[in-house]
Amino acid sequence: MTDLSLKMLHRFYEQLWQIRFFEGHVQRLAASGEVPGFPHLSTGQEAVAVGVCANLTEGDMLFSGHRAHGHVLAKGSDPYATFCEVIGRQDGLCQGRGGSMHLVDVSTGMLGATGVVAGNLSLAAGAAWAAQVANKEKIAVVFFGDGATGSGVFHETLNLAGLWQLPLLFVCENNGMAEFTGREEHSDVAKVSAFAAPYGISAQTIDGNDVLVVNAAARSAIQGIRAGSGPYLLECMTYRMAGHYVGDAQHYRSKEEMATMKEKDPIERLRLHLLAKGDSAEELEAIMQRVKAEMTAVVDRARKAAHPDPATVMDYVYSADFPGREENAKWN
Amino acid sequence: MKITFAEGLAQAIYEAMAADSRVVLIGSSFMGLNMTARKLMEPAVRDYSDRMLVTPISELALAGAGIGAAMCGQRPVVDLGTGSFIFQAFAQVVNEAANIHYMSGGQSKAPVTFYCLAGMRGMGAAQHSHRTQAMLGQVPGLQILTPGGADDAYQLMKWSLLKSQNPTVFICHSLLFTETSELDPNEPMLPVGRARIRRQGSDVSIIASSITVPRAMAAAELLEKQGIFAEVVDLRTVVPLDRETILKSVAKTGRAVIADECHKSFGVAAEIAATLAEDGLSFLKAPVRRVVVPDVPIPFSQSLEEELTVSTEKIVAAALQVLGR
Ligand SMILES: Cc1ncc(C[n+]2csc(CCOP(=O)(O)OP(=O)(O)O)c2C)c(N)n1
Repeated sequence: MTDLSLKMLHRFYEQLWQIRFFEGHVQRLAASGEVPGFPHLSTGQEAVAVGVCANLTEGDMLFSGHRAHGHVLAKGSDPYATFCEVIGRQDGLCQGRGGSMHLVDVSTGMLGATGVVAGNLSLAAGAAWAAQVANKEKIAVVFFGDGATGSGVFHETLNLAGLWQLPLLFVCENNGMAEFTGREEHSDVAKVSAFAAPYGISAQTIDGNDVLVVNAAARSAIQGIRAGSGPYLLECMTYRMAGHYVGDAQHYRSKEEMATMKEKDPIERLRLHLLAKGDSAEELEAIMQRVKAEMTAVVDRARKAAHPDPATVMDYVYSADFPGREENAKWN
Repeated sequence: MKITFAEGLAQAIYEAMAADSRVVLIGSSFMGLNMTARKLMEPAVRDYSDRMLVTPISELALAGAGIGAAMCGQRPVVDLGTGSFIFQAFAQVVNEAANIHYMSGGQSKAPVTFYCLAGMRGMGAAQHSHRTQAMLGQVPGLQILTPGGADDAYQLMKWSLLKSQNPTVFICHSLLFTETSELDPNEPMLPVGRARIRRQGSDVSIIASSITVPRAMAAAELLEKQGIFAEVVDLRTVVPLDRETILKSVAKTGRAVIADECHKSFGVAAEIAATLAEDGLSFLKAPVRRVVVPDVPIPFSQSLEEELTVSTEKIVAAALQVLGR
């Protein structure tokens, strides 16, 4: 864990702030009504995205869910196109068709974010299987919340992954909450990692708010998967510093809980680590300020981007070779 | 007494829970993320929280549990949240609940209510905007309630929870929560299966349900300013479908505009248009017009979604068209 270069650590620090500022803008603009819908922020959970994605190559395939901003950015998507998508603009990753919950960027291997809890799991199994049959080195990674473990398809996919020995990394971001209620109200199984063993899958529960811990655990899991040792489940214990969605008043959280947030903050934890390693506070402040300025510029630009042209609304229902495509556009 | 749609729902749920201890809520976020409306559930939470289950994200199992409990005498309502998540439960709703009475030769009954907060709510995008009444209408054995007014939100919900003997999908539209109507709780309920004439008219029938009801009413008001008298038929329930009232209205007006939020092909409006073609052709002075959502998933972008919305303006335009104006 200590073998990371300072350059790498600074890169983590930058990426954490990039996601934090990105979502800070989402939150600010959602509060004023400029970001439509109910965006879900990963604030406080960024270390999982950064620590896992640091170990992926461009060819590796990613699936995520409703809280995907951090994953998409960490996998390498352009922040401008990502922000444009979140505000539904033509320059967005999906030309404004998808929005915050449905971010897709095939160019980076971000194959799909779904707004349907657990809807991504078996897709990732399929992607992993495709890589396996094509004899590719590629792996698939799927991010999901602890809430997804309540669904049958989670268990079905674990079974498939074990049975077929798929090159698939399950990353559970266990923030202890599903919407407004805690895990203990949803399941008597305290640890998500406990679900893996019955299916013959290796698993580990780790501190998901320490990017160094996440990086190290992801690296060893991914090395194993690449070496052909089958699927792996990584349960990252983390903490959602924001509400379930922007606008959530979080009545279910006590003042005491809110007060301890800073100690859990993965950015603050990395900062303390870097200071202990000899970085100066000014140096780290400068990194943060630079990322902040970059993100502000990105968001300013995105806010000026054009909205999709209503005349194009029937585009993409079917791909170009669908025989009924013209009929579909004309008939409607 | 004037009530809002959300008040009607909350009151019906409260009264049903008070009247019958077999009414159990499996999941209970009926008002979605609407915090004002959520407050209306507080009396039920206060008095009956023992019959309100907090649930994991297990729609398939929860729907099945609701069916099984209903088969054994309980009167559960399974809250599926956003209407699109009924797809997670489809196998149980469509292939178990709907079939059990028939397959058992009438021995078994499953009076369970599946609650869905469905529809194009604004930036719900493709995965949170489904209107499932048309596809569910293809499933014999299910009742599909689609209230478009506060009065029916109250009455149909109460009926579903206390009286219904069949599996019911209760489809609510979140943009209806603030709609108001007069409700006299002592007045007998318009029977389930009867459409409600929300407004009398002689020139054109506007046939609507759920969210298109207030939009059709607004359209009728605008049309009246131009001297056109539209009759608004609120279906209230898609199954059973009150074909008789639709035909009677069109026999009177000679013209029909069908406003519905389902997709155009194979939709609720398509079924009504087919009914008019089969049994009402001689009444029609002009071709029927459907004001519906084109066959495209719902986009996230506001400018694109607005293009698809079944708006008051589009209903007015269609009415003018069938009138040859
Ligand atoms: C199938 C399905 N059911 C319900 C929902 C509504 N919903 C959205 S997020 C959420 C909670 C998810 O909790 P978890 O998986 O732990 O992820 P977190 O929000 O904590 O990141 C729920 C119930 C949904 N999106 N999909």
